[in-house]
Amino acid sequence: MGSVYRARDMHFPNVTKLVAVKEMINTAPDPLVRETIVQNFEREANLLATLHHASIPRIYDYFTLDSRSYLVLEFIHGKDVEAIINETSGFLPEPQVLSWAIDLCDVLDYLHRHKPDPIIFRDMKPSNVMINHNGSVMLVDFGIAKTFQSGIKGTMIGTEGYSPPEQYRGEATPSADLYALGATIHHALTRRDPRLEPPFSFAERPLRRINSAVSSDLEAVVNTALEYSPESRFRSAADMRQALMAVARKTGALVNMGPRTGPIVSSGVKPLWSFKCEDEIRGTPAIFEGTLFIGSYDNNLYALSAADGTFQWKYPTDGGIVSRPALFEGNVFIGSEDRRLHVVSARSGKVVWTYYTNAPIRSSPRIAEGHIFIGSDDNYLHAINLNTGRMAWKFETADFVRSTPFVMNELVYAGCETGDYYAVDFRGELKWRFRAKRAITSSTVATPQTLYFSSLDGTLYALDPRNGWVIWRFRLGKSSISTPCIMDEMVFVGAADGFIYAVDTKSSKEVWRFRTEHQVNGSPVIYKDSLYCGSVDGNLYCLEYRTGRLRWKFGTEGPITGTPLAYNDIVYVGSTDHQIYALLA
Amino acid sequence: MDKFFRRLLGWLFGTKQSPDRAQDVANTAPLTEQQIQTIVNNQNPRFDLQQLISSCGQSVGKQRELNEDSLLALTTTMAGNSGNLPFGLYIVADGMGGHQFGEVASNAAIRTVAGYVLRKFHPYLFHVKTDTMDESFQEIMQAAVSEAQRAIQREAPGSGTTLTAALVLGQQITIAHVGDSRAYFVYPDGRIEPITRDHSLVKRLEELGHITPEEAANYPHRNVLYRALGQGEILDPDIFTLGFPQPGFLMLCSDGLWGVVSEQDLVRSVVDAPNLQRACQNLISAANTAGGPDNISVIIIQLIG
Repeated sequence: MGSVYRARDMHFPNVTKLVAVKEMINTAPDPLVRETIVQNFEREANLLATLHHASIPRIYDYFTLDSRSYLVLEFIHGKDVEAIINETSGFLPEPQVLSWAIDLCDVLDYLHRHKPDPIIFRDMKPSNVMINHNGSVMLVDFGIAKTFQSGIKGTMIGTEGYSPPEQYRGEATPSADLYALGATIHHALTRRDPRLEPPFSFAERPLRRINSAVSSDLEAVVNTALEYSPESRFRSAADMRQALMAVARKTGALVNMGPRTGPIVSSGVKPLWSFKCEDEIRGTPAIFEGTLFIGSYDNNLYALSAADGTFQWKYPTDGGIVSRPALFEGNVFIGSEDRRLHVVSARSGKVVWTYYTNAPIRSSPRIAEGHIFIGSDDNYLHAINLNTGRMAWKFETADFVRSTPFVMNELVYAGCETGDYYAVDFRGELKWRFRAKRAITSSTVATPQTLYFSSLDGTLYALDPRNGWVIWRFRLGKSSISTPCIMDEMVFVGAADGFIYAVDTKSSKEVWRFRTEHQVNGSPVIYKDSLYCGSVDGNLYCLEYRTGRLRWKFGTEGPITGTPLAYNDIVYVGSTDHQIYALLA
Repeated sequence: MDKFFRRLLGWLFGTKQSPDRAQDVANTAPLTEQQIQTIVNNQNPRFDLQQLISSCGQSVGKQRELNEDSLLALTTTMAGNSGNLPFGLYIVADGMGGHQFGEVASNAAIRTVAGYVLRKFHPYLFHVKTDTMDESFQEIMQAAVSEAQRAIQREAPGSGTTLTAALVLGQQITIAHVGDSRAYFVYPDGRIEPITRDHSLVKRLEELGHITPEEAANYPHRNVLYRALGQGEILDPDIFTLGFPQPGFLMLCSDGLWGVVSEQDLVRSVVDAPNLQRACQNLISAANTAGGPDNISVIIIQLIG
């Protein structure tokens, strides 16, 4: 048996850093049993030390003194769900429980994917789920969590009532955790404690018969999780999360949850390295063979080691650089406000050739089919032969072309500052044209079926790439120059109203939105489970891209207007505070 | 086409360097129609001219005296700055039995939705208008359904109808859907995929796992809808856009067809038929052979090229 203490870490005498100290008193008289108990305790410590997830408390230390063992853990300001259930007079609202359940699937998915062997939590129940002061879920008490070796039966540990039939038979599998999660959701939504009911009797008290406010969609998900035979349940935590997400999308739970303010982890994020230029960084980096390339408003293109930020070379242009470099066959291509496209050797930083336009270049080069496509403030879309550096053709538009051309199926797509949007073929002839009400500074992203871009008229557009007809329009709160990104039938974009939006690509319905403190002019990118996006409020935000929940944010000293780059588990972002930062993704 | 065959022949024979050795390792066989079709589809540049074709069929069935279904099928092309674009509007509406004037409701739904959509596209279909339309496909369909909702409440208060409407422009299909008529994608390889979701009690129970698909087929309250055009104060139609299946068919039908003919038979009737007209006739007679308990409506659409 043991207790948990709230304690203060005296290594930090000047600040109050609270930690949780879990104490276990070893009263077993038999020395072998005593030793096993200590070993189990240390196993929990070692297991926790290897885990990194926003919903798993961090471990700081462990030690044993005489007959007592101690674990020093992250202190969680908050309450466990069992206490929350007992303190609530009515039923907990479905969106609340749904968002917890999605996060719990996320952490179970993380545990079940643990390498080399999946970790089975084995004791999912309301009292082991803490909700911290930010409303985020924390999974506590890893005392019986076990690395699962396939085919080996464990002993029955877990909590009766929440555990599935096979766990009573001594089997612990990922599917057992999902059953227990189903039981936990059931308990939270019905207030009926399964420990007081016959086992596996959930089917006899369907969610909606007790709490009619629960949506039938959620009931269906919970029923699947609580299926008697493991084969009938969700195949994985990821599948269950997907099903819960579908419910959330349909019932609008994620939208109603609203934006969350206040970071979950704000101070914990430290850059791996940073590098300071002589002026603002407004553009976006690119990586090639371990080298990071970034242009700055100090006129230079910098080459830095992607691993540690070591300066390699810089190439001076005669104007500010606000765009993203492109890389091709060992050369870096970058447009500058000195009106030129510069082609520089990636290794040496020596110029290979340059190409003049008649006005500053703020568009980024796009390399495809042996050509470089780039816009310029000279009102032309330029196509330049990649080998000769000579113009193949240029296409006249109505105004500055600041968006990055997009190339797909032998057409080049680009918007300009009047709001005209062009599809031009490889001979430089107009295929079709579309007009938005205001400037299209945003660049295009596309699937073979659809082009997506945003406009200063406050709309996210979905167009047919073949003919320019509008499939759908999504109203943003304000204008946008942010380039969208696409993942899992969702399209993500930022806007000047400070929100980052996620929109369903088929139905054009909002899936979620996230509020930052200022305009979002940069573009979101997705890497693994996270969406990264900078804001003029100076922060780089890391969100769970399926739900829009904040994972962490990192503050810089100036507005972020460029797009982050995520590569090899590192996210790079430039800021107008003159610095480029490398952070762990 | 000539060019294509030359390319195909070149591809089949031109690359054979050593016929003897090739025979050692592989048996050759003529390509099936389907394989050739796949090659044709893969080789066609995406922006080639495409042709939309459709056919439809309707029957009052064997047991009803009145036809409460309505349908509309309109196929044409639209001249534009990017060449001629296939344009089609297809609607199936099934007036609700048990309510008065089911046929009035389904008819009003068709008239209003088609009228609204065609008014929007009129300048593009019948004049050469070059600037782009302000509204999107999805906005037009949403507005058309809302107008139909008001029209039914005005013309036949208390009645209701299903509505499954498909606007095809180029390769995009935009669906507006309320009730339990259905839209399917049917593929030549025998797959069939419902792309709409019934707003019916029985489907809901089936989705929840309370009843099995077999029980659903014999469920006593099969005709109870929880969402229908003309009913309720707010209406939330399902509206979404999908790419046209190629190769494949888009099929719209009322429950007089899908409720009595198995999915297997639906596919076979479509895929095995020499043309779309015959496919529609085969489907109608299949439903009538199975007893024809309800009005039958079907539209099949194909995008060629």
